[in-house]
Amino acid sequence: MAHVRQKRLWSGILLILFVVLMVSGFLTANSRNAGGFLNGLPNVLDFPSDVLGEAWERAHLLPGYLIKYLPSLIETVNIAAAATLIGAVFGIVLSLLSTRGLAPAGWAIPIIRRFMDILRAVPEIVVALVLIFLLGGGPVPAMIAIALHTMGALGKLFSEVNENASLKPVEGLQSVGARWGQRMWLGVIPQVAPNLLSYALLRLEINIRASAILGFVGAGGIGYDLRNTMTWGQGKFDEAAAIFLLLFVTIIVVDQISSVARDRLTHGRAAS
Amino acid sequence: MTAQTLKFEAERSFSRKRLVAFGVPALMIAYLTYIFFSFDIAGLAERASLKNAQTLVADSYSYKTHVERDNRSGEIKIAIEGERKGEYPSGTAPSWVELGDSTRIDLGGGHVITFGETAVRYEIPDYGVIRADPGRGGVNAILPTEDVPDWISVSKNRLAVTTDAGRLTVTRNRAEVFRYFLGWELFFFTLDSPYHGMPVSELAYRASAGELSEILNAIWTNTMWRHNDVAWAIFETILMAFLGTMGAALIALPLGFLAAKNFTPLGGLRFAARRLFDFLRGVDGLIWTIVLSRAFGPGPLTGTLAILLTDTGSFGKMFFEALENVDGKQIEGVQSTGAKPLQRYRFGVIPQVTPILLSQVLYYLESNTRSATIIGAITGGGIGLLLTQAIITQKDWEEVTYYIVLIIIMVMVMDWVSGWLRRRLIKGDEGGH
Repeated sequence: MAHVRQKRLWSGILLILFVVLMVSGFLTANSRNAGGFLNGLPNVLDFPSDVLGEAWERAHLLPGYLIKYLPSLIETVNIAAAATLIGAVFGIVLSLLSTRGLAPAGWAIPIIRRFMDILRAVPEIVVALVLIFLLGGGPVPAMIAIALHTMGALGKLFSEVNENASLKPVEGLQSVGARWGQRMWLGVIPQVAPNLLSYALLRLEINIRASAILGFVGAGGIGYDLRNTMTWGQGKFDEAAAIFLLLFVTIIVVDQISSVARDRLTHGRAAS
Repeated sequence: MTAQTLKFEAERSFSRKRLVAFGVPALMIAYLTYIFFSFDIAGLAERASLKNAQTLVADSYSYKTHVERDNRSGEIKIAIEGERKGEYPSGTAPSWVELGDSTRIDLGGGHVITFGETAVRYEIPDYGVIRADPGRGGVNAILPTEDVPDWISVSKNRLAVTTDAGRLTVTRNRAEVFRYFLGWELFFFTLDSPYHGMPVSELAYRASAGELSEILNAIWTNTMWRHNDVAWAIFETILMAFLGTMGAALIALPLGFLAAKNFTPLGGLRFAARRLFDFLRGVDGLIWTIVLSRAFGPGPLTGTLAILLTDTGSFGKMFFEALENVDGKQIEGVQSTGAKPLQRYRFGVIPQVTPILLSQVLYYLESNTRSATIIGAITGGGIGLLLTQAIITQKDWEEVTYYIVLIIIMVMVMDWVSGWLRRRLIKGDEGGH
């Protein structure tokens, strides 16, 4: 009974602490913001209604805008897809090098893990902004930035998958004299491929969002167009609406496709 | 017959696998080739700026002090990084500069530059003396050798000498010397602080003698590195992540019940809640950030709300999926003791789903610290804002490096904290995310 009471006391204290943190945190955030919460609240719908209003007025232009911004959208998707692909390929290599039992050099495992931690910890925007300074604007800085982050994130997830792979095929291949690369390619990858693919698809979803955001800070694609139409202000909002629509539809579509595909990959049709 | 079909089957399976084993890499290569041309990667070499890369790398671990003379008035100005905040008070100079009738600047390693009445003299060991006498007719540079080495550029109106020790630029109006030093300048104390240049032992002695708060205050209010602003920015970023994540979880939990099949018999309500989640997730953080920053202006509150809205969608979806997977037997068990509906939720459902939900929420806490940095860069708040500001100046790369290091440390600490909380709060969870 005393134990229960003590436990209750602790959860009570934790709860109070949490509430205090939330309330004081919110008040701090509110006071450090340019406009307060209560002042801003009535204006929340102003911008969306401006955008929707203009889009509605010039609805006949909308199909034209959708076509106009389609190439930018494709660029954004391409940035995400290429970054996911490159990140996943390097992620596989990093994960194989950092999985106990599979890695060719055991001493390197902690080093590679820390390396992946750092890759994961750096927000894409940091790498992207620095690379924009070095390489100029365009899709490449964003692609590299997202790929680096993806490498770290997928490398960690992949190495968790690899840990559950059976070592028997690897041993079998070793006994016939296969090199390390062959053992991994023929012995491990086929086992883990569905799971890896499923994680990579999930990452693609995340990366499309990231790629749109990076465009907004100057890395090309639809985010860049969005910022341009936004800075034009009123009068260009119909174009902004078209971009919002494209982005929204893309995200939903990719979301749906990848969720169906992932479901099939992990729960499986009859595995062939 | 059986052997025949088996062989046939096996061969078909082999050929399919072979197709996949070569087809998939071939597709990847084909796609990357398309990207190579579509992104114009071949043209990257022209667009890439090697000079920018050099500036960035050199600036991130070293700094330069400018000694500048106005050739008309003869006035000498010494400033670290050429910034106003790093200017030496008039009449004072670092030890390697001797002020007087003529100014003697010792760049080390035998390199000495002298500013005379108007003339400029640069003594370079193993080369000779470069003279210049800027005036109306140009800089009148005289080199000791006939042919001009590639580290000197000289024309009628401009002389520039770049050596390992430093850099001299002379034009008709100005003579300017850069000397490079390792490290980050004035990181703790600015030049106007009484503690600048004081040895650590002296500082420690003074701190123990009761000056600790003054010393800390001098560091805290450093105008060059703005340590207090940086600390606030980091705090704001973490605050955005914390409030956004927790607020989203608090809102998503009741909505999750509404969207779960086994708790809400009303199909319409369920449908509405689920479409709300889809909408919040589909609109994406970027758009929420833009919309909200229009209403609330820049600052941490905007970032908090943007994270909160996006994650309400993500959490809502995860929560209702978890709720639909709860074991009904436990609820029945609680019900059989005569528990009222609210008690059934509290004791039958919550204990089952808490570990799953909590682990997701804590996982998002770390990832939202990164999002908060990005959102801060877009709306203007937190460390993201400082970072973009420093990058836009294109010269304060040591500050950029400093912020990047801080961001990495911040994210790693948040990762560690969330992992620690996960292990403490959820027993049996091995932190497998």
